[in-house]
Order: sequence, then structure tokens, then C-alpha cells
Amino acid sequence: MKSFSGKVLFLDRSDINTDEIIPAKYLTEITKMALKPYLLEDLKMNGFNPVTDIAGKKVIITRENFGCGSSREHAPWALEVNDINTVIAVNYARIFRQNMYNCGMLAIDLSKETVDDIFITFSGKDTDCVIDTKQSTIQLKSGATAKTINFKLDGFDKALVESEGWVGYADKNY
Amino acid sequence: MGKTIAEKIFDAHQVDKPFEDTTIVKLDAVFCHEITTPIAITDLMARGMDRVFDPSKIKAVIDHVTPAKDSKTAEQGKILRDWSRRHGIKDFFDIGNNGVCHAIFPEKGFVRPGYTIIMGDSHTCTHGAFGAFAAGVGTTDLEVGILKGVCSFKAPKTIKFELTGELQEGVYAKDAILFIIGQIGVNGATNCVMEFTGTIVDDMSMESRMTLCNMAIEAGGTSGVCYPDMTTVEYLWPYIKNDFASKDAALKEYSKWVSDSDAKYDRVFKYDLSKLEPMVTFGYKPDQVKTVRELTGEKVDQIYIGSCTNGRIEDLRIAAAVLKGKKIAHSVRGVLSPATPEIYKIALKEGLIDIFMDAGYCVTNPTCGACLGMSNGVLAEGEVCASTTNRNFNGRMGKGGMVHLMSPATAAATSLTGTITNSSLFKGGK
Ligand code: SF4
Repeated sequence: MKSFSGKVLFLDRSDINTDEIIPAKYLTEITKMALKPYLLEDLKMNGFNPVTDIAGKKVIITRENFGCGSSREHAPWALEVNDINTVIAVNYARIFRQNMYNCGMLAIDLSKETVDDIFITFSGKDTDCVIDTKQSTIQLKSGATAKTINFKLDGFDKALVESEGWVGYADKNY
Repeated sequence: MGKTIAEKIFDAHQVDKPFEDTTIVKLDAVFCHEITTPIAITDLMARGMDRVFDPSKIKAVIDHVTPAKDSKTAEQGKILRDWSRRHGIKDFFDIGNNGVCHAIFPEKGFVRPGYTIIMGDSHTCTHGAFGAFAAGVGTTDLEVGILKGVCSFKAPKTIKFELTGELQEGVYAKDAILFIIGQIGVNGATNCVMEFTGTIVDDMSMESRMTLCNMAIEAGGTSGVCYPDMTTVEYLWPYIKNDFASKDAALKEYSKWVSDSDAKYDRVFKYDLSKLEPMVTFGYKPDQVKTVRELTGEKVDQIYIGSCTNGRIEDLRIAAAVLKGKKIAHSVRGVLSPATPEIYKIALKEGLIDIFMDAGYCVTNPTCGACLGMSNGVLAEGEVCASTTNRNFNGRMGKGGMVHLMSPATAAATSLTGTITNSSLFKGGK
């Protein structure tokens, strides 16, 4: 299994689309690694600077409908090669969410209230996130402030994470 | 309890149900293009699984950047071409015969009512216009589709859209779908099939139904879907005439792919679109929609007519009707990309290409090209494009560029003035 814990990158916006995560012009790359420098290059969000803000982050926490738009799996790959294997949001575009689990990565859904609360408590602060897929818990910590949040991992999603993706699972079962 | 068309298609294709909410469905077709498939092919090769489940069910096209614009796109084309040859994929469309995937595959008769189809392309929802379940997927789903002929889906919830009344002259499927996305939002149909019914849909051509279903993904929809009817049968007839004694017999067979009257829907929206005006997007999300009237006078730099949304013959006819005998404004550039060679040929025969060229349009070969900012009309920083495509995301047609989505009629009218304008075909609305 991949590692799902580390420092948090807060993206305080809804409807972040896959063109913003990785612009179409990089779809001609045929290795995942080549996508690394371009993650979130076109993100339209005040005060966001991809060059300084992404470095060292492992977990993205964002709002609603993350990953809408194109079906490109380059979006999860661009995250993966930057060592970001987890996104936490209220909800996702279907294809993006499926792509994440198909790659053995986590796209965790939390309620809007919980995400609001996380933003109020931690956004703008240096925050660490520890995810335990067995216990289904997220621990967030910044200085003296800490919170533990439960999440739900459906049977199929869990099976994909444990098989490190859909190719392995499908090859075994079908 | 009755079932929706999507549920019926799932029932007929279920291979496994490993978990409560997950269905593994058997696929009738896997479509491929040169942007998302090569990386699936190289990964399958690296895993020692360079196989395909059934070469007759795989259809492939080089369409996004063609002819290749540089070494990287040439390599992508080559990987797809070599793979198609290696596995005996006969329905492979290369330069000379290639066109935009969601236009050329239906045109070749590859889509049938009741089919399950996946492709590594979000606008695969287009093919639901034929009463199929067609969904865009990522590369891993595509890989498994190629290898095993199956795909996983959550149980399909369906939202029904009943479109009643009659569209005014000069108002089209594109205006209807922009209106709907504006109503429900870019997240309004996530994880749902968008089922389009009602008198307006009944009256639509297959081309218009494809435009409608094409943009389901812009509201987050898994697939768009229309019920098969005589219009569907007529469109498919050249490909199915040996399978059925008559068109009525075909219709009878296909009529099993409609929702039951007591089917359970996630939501139902009813819109009387009799008063709908031509619509256009502003901003960078496809649900940011206004009437053309409200945005009239906004300056643009380029007009793009083409794509899987609105590059079909019906679209070219409408745009040409607006342009006939006129010239585009000095301040703008016009680009037309007929979506397939067949459409190009019909447009030539009907004199439409003459009309476009006399008006000052550059006519490109069939390709996605500018739609995704890869070639054939990429925008410069700060430029604005009036476009018949389906996405207005920031940077979509070129870094720092902006896109207004609209119908071919509005795009053609806009090219004549250089500013967003209602077409002469639209007489309503004050
Ligand atoms: S025309 Fe545009 S939206 Fe359609 S398949 Fe090509 S790139 Fe995608």
C-alpha cells in the first residue's frame, strides 16, 4: 500500500478541474514523472503559487467537486509523482474519484460541515495529517491543536487500495 | 417497481457484484484515442499483459492532434498505430480517414441502443444519444477494459429531464444543454445518468441529441441518454439493415431500451423551453451561463466552429446559413474544423466550405486541435474565443485565454461582428 500521511496543502476552492490540476498541453507526455513540475500550474486561486506551495505537501484538503472536467488520469498521476496520494474533500467528479482508487490512492469524502470546520481550524497553518486506513481515521495536528476525524471507506474502494489498484484486482478476479 | 434504461442496460451486462454498490459490467465496445491510450498500452506492456479482450470490439482513432505537430504527438500516434496493427484492430482510423472520436464512431455505426461503452475521454457520454450507456473513464479503467472487456461502476442513479414545448427558430440543442447546466450546476449530476426526454428531444435529430448528451459531463453526469426511436433507427439503418426485416422490426427490438413509466429517479426536472433564447457562457465554468442578449457586444478575437459537440454537418449547415454571402469582421480570426472527413465531404458538395472560405474562415482538417488548446488555433494570453466546443476552463484553448461556449449559429453571427451577437436566424426575444 502507498503512504497516505504527511503535510497538508489546503486548496480553499470548489470545482477545481483537471485542466487546472494538469493542463492539457502536458498530455503528450508518456511518462508519469514528466508531469511532476506542472501540478496545479493553471489553478485559479488567489494567493496560490504552485512553485512554493506544493513542495513537501502529501495530502490535499479542498472543498467540493474536486477533479471535474476531463477524464485524464494524468491528474492523479501528477499528484502521485509529487508524493501526494491523498485528497480529502466534500465530494469529487466521478471519473477523478474512480481514477484515484484505480491507482490505489485515496479520495476521502467528508461532510461539508466537517470540511468547513477543518478549514476554520487549520487552514493557513502548518498542519500534519496521519491517515489510518485500518481504523478509518484522519488525525490532523497543528501545534497544540489536534483533531481526529472518522471517515468511511466502501468495500470496493478499500479492496482497490489494498490491491494497489484496479489492474491487479481485475486480473485476479475476471 | 419499474427500471430506468440505465438499470436495464446494467442488468443485461452484469458480470459480478463484488460489493453492495459496485457492479462489474461487460463492455460491448471500448473506444480509444491517441492521448489516453498510449500510456495504457505502455503500462500493459510493462506488466507483461500486452493483450486485448476482443479486437473487433475495440475501435481506435488518432484525433486529438493530427497530423502530429511535434515529436511527442508523433510518438503517441505511433504507439496507437503499432498497437492496433499488432492486435488486428481493424477499425483504426489514421490520417486521411480520421476525425473527432465522438463524431466518427457513431458515424461508422459503432454505437447501438443497449450498448455499454467506455473510452478514456470524458465526452464519451455523447454516445448515450443512441440509448446506450457510455461513460468516460481514466487510463486504468481503459486498461482493464482493453484487457478484460469489463468495467466497474456504482449503481447508476438517474436524473430525468423532461424538455417540453418547442424550441424557437435559431435556438438549438446547445442552448438547451447550456441552460440545463446553468440550472443544475457543474456538480448537479455527479454520479448520475442524465436522461433526456420530452417533445423537444423527440423532435431532435441524432446530431442534436449527441450535442445534448455530449455536455452531460459538464454537469458531472456519468452518461447522457436518450430513448431510441425511429430517428435512431433511420440513422443506424445502413449498418443494421441486414439484422432486421424492416425499420419497424428494428424499432420494436430497440424499444426495450427505454425507462419504465414507474421507474425510480433520483430527481426529475421539467423545463418548458418554448421561450428559451440562445445561451452563452461567461467566466471559466460551464454553468456560468447567460443569454446571448445579456452578453451582446463582448469582444472576441477568434471564432472556433468544430469539436465533438458542434462540428457535425447539421452544425456546419446552420453556421453557413448565417455566414452566406457575408465576411467576418477584420478584428477576428475564424477557424472551422469539420469533425470527420465524411462531414467535410458533404460540406464541400453542398457548397458550405465555399461559404466559410469566402467569409474568411480557415478550414482545418478534422481534429480536436484548438478545442483542447493543442494545435490549429491555440489562443494567446488574454485572447477570447467564441467557440462551439464544450469547455471554458481557464487555459483550455491556450494559457491565459478565455472561451465563451455557444451554438454554431451564435458563433457564426459573432464572427461577422467581432462581438457576441445573436444570429439572424433567431427572431425572438426583446
Ligand atoms: S473535440 Fe474537444 S472535447 Fe471533443 S473529444 Fe476532442 S478534445 Fe475532447
